[in-house]
This record gives sequence, structure tokens and C-alpha cells, in this order.
Amino acid sequence: MVTLFGIPAQALFGQLLLGLINGSFYALLSLGLAVIFGMLNVINFAHGAFYMVGAFTAWLMLQHLGIGYWPALLLAPLVVGLLGIVLEKTMLSRLYKLDHLYGLLLTFGVALMLEGGFRHWFGVSGMPYPIPAELRGGQNLGFMFLPNYRGWVVIASLVVCLGTWYAIERTRLGAYLRAATENPVLVQAFGINVPVMVTATYGFGVALAGLAGVLAAPIYQVNPLMGSNLIVIVFAVVVIGGMGSILGAIVTGLGLGLLEGLTKVVYPEASSIVVFVIMAIVLLIKPAGLFGRER
Amino acid sequence: MPDTTTTSAVSSAATAVLPGRAAAPGTDRDRTVRIALIVLGLSAAAAAPFVLYPVFVMKVLCFALFACAFNLLIGYAGLLSFGHAAFFGGAAYVTAHAAKVWGLDPALSILLGTGFAGLLGLVFGALAIRRQGIYFAMITLALSQMIFFLALQMPFTGGEDGIQGVPRGMLFGVIDLNRPLAMYYFVLAVFLAGFVLIWRTVHSPFGQVLKAIRENEARAVSLGYRTERYKLLAFVLSAALAGMAGGTKALVFQLASLTDVTWQMSGEVVLMTLLGGMGTLLGPVVGAAFVVMLGNYLAATSLPVPVVIGAIFVVCVLVFRRGIVGELAHRLRSRPSRDR
Repeated sequence: MVTLFGIPAQALFGQLLLGLINGSFYALLSLGLAVIFGMLNVINFAHGAFYMVGAFTAWLMLQHLGIGYWPALLLAPLVVGLLGIVLEKTMLSRLYKLDHLYGLLLTFGVALMLEGGFRHWFGVSGMPYPIPAELRGGQNLGFMFLPNYRGWVVIASLVVCLGTWYAIERTRLGAYLRAATENPVLVQAFGINVPVMVTATYGFGVALAGLAGVLAAPIYQVNPLMGSNLIVIVFAVVVIGGMGSILGAIVTGLGLGLLEGLTKVVYPEASSIVVFVIMAIVLLIKPAGLFGRER
Repeated sequence: MPDTTTTSAVSSAATAVLPGRAAAPGTDRDRTVRIALIVLGLSAAAAAPFVLYPVFVMKVLCFALFACAFNLLIGYAGLLSFGHAAFFGGAAYVTAHAAKVWGLDPALSILLGTGFAGLLGLVFGALAIRRQGIYFAMITLALSQMIFFLALQMPFTGGEDGIQGVPRGMLFGVIDLNRPLAMYYFVLAVFLAGFVLIWRTVHSPFGQVLKAIRENEARAVSLGYRTERYKLLAFVLSAALAGMAGGTKALVFQLASLTDVTWQMSGEVVLMTLLGGMGTLLGPVVGAAFVVMLGNYLAATSLPVPVVIGAIFVVCVLVFRRGIVGELAHRLRSRPSRDR
């Protein structure tokens, strides 16, 4: 049933699906980065590490506590979010008065510690995480075979992304958040506790990374280095999209994932650098990024 | 860096350590002390291979030059590049290839590596200076990751193995660099040449304009300086010198490998500079020596190196932003003012 359209079309759709899945992770991660950057003016270098911690939390819960995929989908982001809140409270909050680059350097150090620690305890070989029973198997779409779990990942991350967009752009809390991004002092004068909002934003942003980690665990293997290679690409995605808009981050993430998949079919050698080449082109034509505002 | 607290810390540290305007009325005594310190430093460097393991000191010198080149950008122009490994490692590959496959003279090989890094710096710099601050850091990081993937895939780099067994060769066809002492003094000469160039740059009118851009770019623009060009030139210079360090390192270890182009390497040079003291001339040297020593020490223990490096990063950013040399200079400077 898989050879309905012949090999090339099959390979094309397969790679496009893979690209779409990668794109979902780019979108989830760059969304978290954009939310954090908007509120804290910090580029969270530890984002990839938190993604890895999310995957590991799910794996550890399954191995040692017998907690399965569905509870982990909720619990692991919670654990990662709490970790982020502790980090923000104890360290990041001391740096807001300084140059923004110090936030980048601090989270870089944290990323090294997290990744180095997990590598020390678990080694570099990947640990498999089983696909939950409900999502095994797949659908024959006529032109291609779609594994259920992969379809679920794309849908779940789209729902989360759009939910975040709705919460920020369309709700009262989101309005406070946007207002505090523009002018924290004024918002605080209106009696809104801005420091708590900042902490919660950071917690939420890294929880998104943790959620992406759990979603990724059954597809890629759980590996201490899974986040560090991803984060650099996500940075490029953020530069391409510009951090001005939430929808921009989502669209750019998905689009670049698809494009990467397409490159794998057309010219596989370039697939690992295509995102960076596009970043260079965007910088030449529209330095503020596709959805960014010129400042 | 636009922020006032950090920049004033950086610039006060800079003026304290460097013979700059602030120290100018310090007169003859300061000058004698400075010359004495330089003589002392040079003789220590000359005597080092007799006391310490030469390869270790050469490694320190290569990384010290690398960190000094990086510091030229962050410390004096306020630009945080997170992709300097591309220049360091890229030049290492070019130098190794020139020395091994083309059989060129070691000095010429290093020169080729330096030139390659400078050209790469021109391309990266032209792209990266289109954005500022955090974006600048992210762009340089992403571009250097591209070099990493190219190094992984291109045939001449040897993929995971790197280029091994690079011959050190005969310098100018006369001096056999396989003798450890000859190699050491050659590396020392390269380091000193780079260091003096940075020292001259920092104290030239060009260096002053860079500092002005760091303190307040908008004002520098309004004074009629084309800040883009200054930043680009500083970037190219920094990239080329980082390349010189990388090329030299390839000859010292007779190896060019993927380790040199990873973003962890870019992070390491940031740490060396931060730990030693951003915006001080000697800070990166001290920081590089410290980090290399730490690496050697940790290799003998079971402690995971990245965790320790990361922890130092965190501590430096939180409570030790002046760095070792910056802190010393700050103490030395504030003491006489209390006496007065």
C-alpha cells in the first residue's frame, strides 16, 4: 500500500512529514523564546536544555515511577516550569538591570550545566521511549502512510501554539502581559504584580520547551544532547521570523521545517545548512526578520 | 554594551589597566612600573618552557591570543560574538590543509589560515552588524554552526577524524619546528605579534572610536562616524586574529578537528574573556590560562568538565562580572583614592 505513487512521491511526502514534525518543534520552541524575550528581554539559551530535561523527565518517570505518556505530558512540563521558576527567582531576576547579554551568558552557563550533568549520569547514547498504545499504528492516506503518533505531534503542537497565541492576544491576562512588555512601570502602578508575571512567563516559556521534549521523546531518542543541536537552529528561526509576533514565530517554525524536509529530497547535502542560508538571505533583504518590527 | 553600570565597570577597568588617558598624569613612576612589568612578563614567558610542560604553555598562548582577539570585539566594541569558533576552527583546517597537503611553510600556512578567517569574518560581520545586541550574538552563533556542518560534510576536512598528523615543518626552511623549544618560541612570537597588534589597535584613534561606539552608538553616529564600518573592521580584525590563534594551534597539536568549530568552543572563549576581565588587555590571557589549567586538572578527575565550566559561567555572571584582572584593577584604583 505504500507504493501507490511510486518511490519519489513517497520519499517526498515522507520527508515533508518529517519536516512538518521538525517544524512543529521549531514553532513550539521559538514561541517559548519569543514569549520569554518579550517579557524579560532575555534570550533563553537554556531553552534547548529544558527541552531535553522535559524528555528526560518523561523517560525517568516511566522507568522509575511507572508513570506513562499521558500523565507525563502534563507532569513533565510542570516539573520543567518549576525548575524555570526557581532559576528565574534565584538568578535571572538579579540581572534585569544589567545589559541583556548577561542573561544570555547566564542561561548559556545553565545549559552547559544541565547538559553536562545529564551526559555525566546517562551517557550520550539515546534511550528509546515507547509510543503510547493508543497512538500506535497509522493511517493510509492514499498517497502516503501516516503514523498516528506523528500526526498527533503535529496536531498537538499546533493546538498548543494557537492556544498560546489566543491567550496572549485575546484574553485579559494576555492584555496585561502585552502591556507589561510595553511599559512595566506603568502597569505596576495600576496595581498589577509585574515581577510575579515575569516569573510566571519564564516558567510558562520553559514549560513549553518541556512539553516539546515529551512530544519528541517517542520520535527521537531521549538523549542529553538532543536540545543543544536544536537550539541553534531555533535561534536562526527566531532571527528569520523576528521576535515581534507570536504568529510569526509559529508560521516561520513550520515553514522552515517543511523547507528543510524539501531540501532533504532535492539536495540532501544542504539540508543541515539550509536554515542558516535562509537566515543570511533574510538578513540581507529584511534585517528585522520576516515578521519583526524595525527598531 | 549600552547599559551604564556594566559599561562603566568595563571602561573603568580598561582605563585602570591600560596606559590610557586616565593614567596619563600618573607620570614617570607608573611608566617605570609598567616597563618593569613588561620585562618581567617577557622573561617569564621566555623561561616558561624550562619550568612547565612546553605543549601546555603553547596551548595557553594559543587560547590567550584567541581570547584577546575575542575581547577586542566584546571589550572594546561591545559586540558579543557567539561564533568565534568558526574563525578559530576554520583557520585551523585551512592551516592544517596547507601544511599537510600542499606542504607549505608553517608561517605561510598560518598566514593562509589567518587570511581565510579574515575573509570569513568579512562575510559574517557584514551580515551580523545589520542587527544589534542579542540578535548579533544569535546570528554569529547560527553562522558558525553552518561552518560546523560544512566542516562535518566537506571531504577535505576529514569529517569526524579531522586532519591528523599535520607536519610542523621547517620555519622559513631553516628552523626545525619539531624541536619543542623552537616551536615554543615560534608560538610565543606569534602570540606577541598578535597581542602587540591588539594593544596598538586599542590605543589608536580607531580604538577610541570603537570605545565611543560601545558607550553610545547613537552619539557616535551623530558625531559623523560611520559606525558600521568601524564595527565591521573590528570584526574582521578580531576574526583574523582568532584565525591566527587557530592556525597556530593546529600546528602545535598537529591536528585540526571538529572540536575547534563547535559552539561549545565559542562559549569557552567567552568564558575565558569574562573570567579574566572583559575590556582589559591582560584579562583574556589570565582567563585563558585559568581555563586551560582547569581543563587539564579536571581531565584527571571524574568531575564532568561542562558542569564545572557552566558553574563558573553562572558565578561569573552573577557576582564576578569584572573578572580577575578587572577586579584587581578596580581594587588597585580605588585604594589610593581612599588614602587621599
